[in-house]
Amino acid sequence: MVAGVITAVLLVLFVGGWIWLWLPRNKPALDAAARMPLEDDNGEETP
Amino acid sequence: MGNYNDKVVRQFAVMTVVWGVVGMLVGVLIAAQLYFPALNFNVPWLTFGRLRPLHTNAVIFAFGGCALFATSLYTVQRTCHVRLLSDKLAAFVFWGWQLIIVAAAISLPLGYTQGKEYAELEWPIDIAIAIVWVSYAVLFFGTIAKRKVKHIYVANWFYGAYIITIALLHIVNNLSIPSGWMTSYSIYSGSVDAMVQWWYGHNAVGFFLTTAFLGMMYYFVPKQAGRPIYSYRLSIVHFWALIAIYMWAGPHHLMYTALPDWAQSLGMVFSLILLAPSWGGAINGILTLSGVWHKLRTDPILKFLIVSLSFYMMSTFEGPMMSIKTVNSLSHYTDWTIGHVHSGALGWVAMISIGSIYAMLPRLLNQQQMYSVKLIDTHFWLHTIGVVVYIASMWIAGVMQGLMWRATDPDNGTLVYSFVESLNATKPYYLFRLGGGLIVLSGMFVMAWNVFKTFQQARGAIVAQPVLPADAADARA
Repeated sequence: MVAGVITAVLLVLFVGGWIWLWLPRNKPALDAAARMPLEDDNGEETP
Repeated sequence: MGNYNDKVVRQFAVMTVVWGVVGMLVGVLIAAQLYFPALNFNVPWLTFGRLRPLHTNAVIFAFGGCALFATSLYTVQRTCHVRLLSDKLAAFVFWGWQLIIVAAAISLPLGYTQGKEYAELEWPIDIAIAIVWVSYAVLFFGTIAKRKVKHIYVANWFYGAYIITIALLHIVNNLSIPSGWMTSYSIYSGSVDAMVQWWYGHNAVGFFLTTAFLGMMYYFVPKQAGRPIYSYRLSIVHFWALIAIYMWAGPHHLMYTALPDWAQSLGMVFSLILLAPSWGGAINGILTLSGVWHKLRTDPILKFLIVSLSFYMMSTFEGPMMSIKTVNSLSHYTDWTIGHVHSGALGWVAMISIGSIYAMLPRLLNQQQMYSVKLIDTHFWLHTIGVVVYIASMWIAGVMQGLMWRATDPDNGTLVYSFVESLNATKPYYLFRLGGGLIVLSGMFVMAWNVFKTFQQARGAIVAQPVLPADAADARA
């Protein structure tokens, strides 16, 4: 019973996290985060 | 603002190459022994049984480990815009890890072993590993804690999960009662011992050889491609899905054993589910090249990184397939498993490490590029061809062994082949495997030469690199 409840809670959290990530308002912050590895290079990126 | 601590990164990067050569050299020697048994020279410490754990420990924990220390300590500084927490702790982690590797290289040939695969080292060395590992955790997470940007980049999440999980796995699996300075008895027994061992063993694959190297991918593939990762959203889903599922796949190493049947089935189901996050993550890495595929033509470092992901996809398709009970009944205990492991270890782990070291080293040495880009290309082809020869011969040998062992005569119910007949049939493939291994090893020597010349070229040019400014928009406090 307890194991089932924990599994269900984790599943809901996982799907909830997924939905949260795809909310349009989070896109700019995530796009900025994705650029972090490129920050110490100047102009190397190909458009 | 200060500078980055790149000294420890350079040290680990160099030792990655050194231990890569040593570990693969031992691998080639034991591959040769399987074809020419006289090559153990009747010396106890040169026998297959003692050198095989030396090979696995050297390539996983010395070569792979040093690559992970180097890249994680590089990545965490660059993406947190801050110097490592402590230079002294960094030096302690480096020298401690090297000492542990030397202790392994001496004690394993002498025959000291706990008899647990990938956890052979005896208890005093295990305690040293735990101390160095916790120091590494303090160094890594302490650096994240003092970061100057708000967001923790996804590569650090992967590295972080690996650091925490390896501490847990190592300590739990090695719990034992010492009965002398270099002897001990595990606190587990029977099928519980087997399950703890393969909970450890598979998660060593899952968190050491996968999660951590995915951290490497999430930093160095975008860096080398000059593009942000294809989907940052997918990378976060990838992280949580992967770490949630990997923990449960261990029982697939114990199919048709005394382990309860339900646990075997559970291991199989979780192994099958693992295909989804594995391929999701790999596709995320490969599609980062959208729009810049032409770079593959001219950049051998990018070739290493992208082909490593192709091998990753191959082995993460093969792994779930081999965990299906009916497939496992054919593949288990055969050389197919050895082929699978090397497609992952030489194809995925070694290629992403080698590519990342080639990408990172010129930046650490204040050089535009490695001494010779052409030699990187040579290394790429040697490595790729060597791996393909190796895994193809082990696949064929393995499937053949499985078929020979299960062949029965329907008239009188006896086995068609004796074991030694299957061994005899395998022998030519051991020669091909040795050839593949030699080609891979020759590539490592090319790398060692290229790294040596790059250091020579950079003599006097190395300057400490300034820490990136805190992002005003993201700054904490």
